[in-house]
Amino acid sequence: MGRYFAVRIGRAALTIVLVVTFAFIVLRLSGDPALMILGPEAPPEVLAAFRKAWGLDDPIWLQYLDYFGAIAKGELGRSMRDGRPAIELVLERIPATLALTLPAFFFKVAIGVPAGIYAALHRGSAIDRAVMTTAVAGFTVPSFVLALILVLVFAVQLGWLPSGGQDSWRHAILPITTLSLGGAAVLARFTRSAMLEVLGQPYIRTASAKGLPWRKVVTSHALPNAAIPTVTILGFMVGTLIAGAVVVESVFAWPGVGRLLVVAVANRDLAVVQCILLLVAMTMVTSNLIVDFLYGFLDPRLRAKGAHA
Amino acid sequence: MAPLVNIAGLSVAFSGVPVLRGVDLTLHKGEALGLVGESGSGKSVTWLAALGLLPRHAQVSGKVTLEGREILGAPATELDRVRGGRIAMIFQDPASSLNPVLTIRRQLCEALALHRNLQGIALKAEARRLLDLVGIPDAGRRLDAYPHEFSGGQVQRIMIAMALAGNPDLLIADEPTTALDATIQAQILELLSTVRRELGMALVLISHDLGVVAENCDRVAVMYAGRIVEEAPSNQLFADPAHPYAQGLIGALPPLDGPRRRLTAIPGTVPDPAKMPGGCAFAPRCALASESCGLAAPSLAPIADDRRVACIRAEASRRALLGIAAE
Repeated sequence: MGRYFAVRIGRAALTIVLVVTFAFIVLRLSGDPALMILGPEAPPEVLAAFRKAWGLDDPIWLQYLDYFGAIAKGELGRSMRDGRPAIELVLERIPATLALTLPAFFFKVAIGVPAGIYAALHRGSAIDRAVMTTAVAGFTVPSFVLALILVLVFAVQLGWLPSGGQDSWRHAILPITTLSLGGAAVLARFTRSAMLEVLGQPYIRTASAKGLPWRKVVTSHALPNAAIPTVTILGFMVGTLIAGAVVVESVFAWPGVGRLLVVAVANRDLAVVQCILLLVAMTMVTSNLIVDFLYGFLDPRLRAKGAHA
Repeated sequence: MAPLVNIAGLSVAFSGVPVLRGVDLTLHKGEALGLVGESGSGKSVTWLAALGLLPRHAQVSGKVTLEGREILGAPATELDRVRGGRIAMIFQDPASSLNPVLTIRRQLCEALALHRNLQGIALKAEARRLLDLVGIPDAGRRLDAYPHEFSGGQVQRIMIAMALAGNPDLLIADEPTTALDATIQAQILELLSTVRRELGMALVLISHDLGVVAENCDRVAVMYAGRIVEEAPSNQLFADPAHPYAQGLIGALPPLDGPRRRLTAIPGTVPDPAKMPGGCAFAPRCALASESCGLAAPSLAPIADDRRVACIRAEASRRALLGIAAE
């Protein structure tokens, strides 16, 4: 068991280093922060001074080493726009993002999982077809289109809800709805197929053959098995809590991490972008670790493998 | 003696395609009946349908009575009492027949709590006793293990223990040894006949292995393409099969004693259930088929006190077989 997790934690750390490295290189190859922040009309000596001040004229490998050296000391750099520590800028945006993503996560699970289970148990029924049609629509429509449709209907036509901003809880309704619908659709489809797979297994027939009422067959035999694949996708959704709302925050002018990321990328505000990506990689990796741990908890076969590995 | 189970005109279709086409079968208390036939002949479907274990889209018709009470289409609560309590069933693939995420204790106790109302210490003791009975060593400790920690033969033993949990009057063993090694096969069959003797339970042994059936059953029913084509006491069926298909099956077996002879295969293949020939389903493969065989499906008719056969050429076919034997 110990080794099982040691290997996974090692792999997780490697993933984070790769993500950060990739972001570091791409950001530096894709544009000059000095030009982006000071503008194309800035005099060359100002641009040069800016580059020198931020170490941008050093060779890229030296910048890379400096960057990792700073991270080792717990420094994530400063924003090139206002000189504040990047981590501070990011942290102050997190509550706003969580105010959207946490309720959305709750609704995704509360709608998607039961809908998927119900559809699987009533396979081929009118409700199953309705759930699946909605689900396909839900995840084929991109979130920005869905967001715009919701704005058009509820903000523009009906005038019930505000179309953007963060002044009251009413402003959160449309963004949360947008996030929830897409996620619930994915979860419903996934849960349904996981359930169908499990319901076709011989041990379900065994459970019925021993006289267990169908309701108990579903709750004690089917659900615990269907939970195993479903946890994978749930883990993935937990991983997107911090930065899963980039598009929706942009459409609804919601001042969260996602919007900060869009602005920071546009400005090549390197430290801020890297700080966000580091945070995203860490949440992703952590949620994957939690999923791995849950697998061991849910599936005794994996527990055994882990112990022997 | 009133039959334990009586099946009459049982038919099953999957999305309009008939797979079971009017099965009549009677089973008495304590009797061991073998059900043989090729894959797809309807051996398992007969009993899955009787117990209401087929998927919902299966169309089932006919009558199945348990001690005179109709169980086909009975309300769920009544069926749940029959399943496991009166009629238990074990399956072909032991490895996937137990729930991989639940302990053996949980799965055994579930059956015990359902049919025997046991609780607490008595429940645990009975679970242990059952595992002991089916020959799982160190039963007390092994109760907390998961299915993947047992071998295939052991899992089938556990399945048998679970089936016995409800003290059933009938155990249906659906190809119980097909997935197991030959040596383990013999052990499982031995275990099945021991528990049957000790508990006075009836047994339906579904198998495509004639040898297995001959050794373990009093009576055999041969199925072909969704129908029973011959039914006879085991020794008579093997000595003197009446249906050309049963003859073919037995002719394809190597004799254990006597001179070596060429094994004969049945020509052709089983008809596609969606394109069943009119009349006798075996006629296209039958050497003795006459024109009238193609007209109507022959019904299962008695040819002796305890023998029935569905073939209008049965007499001719028995004569032909005896002729070959005399040569």
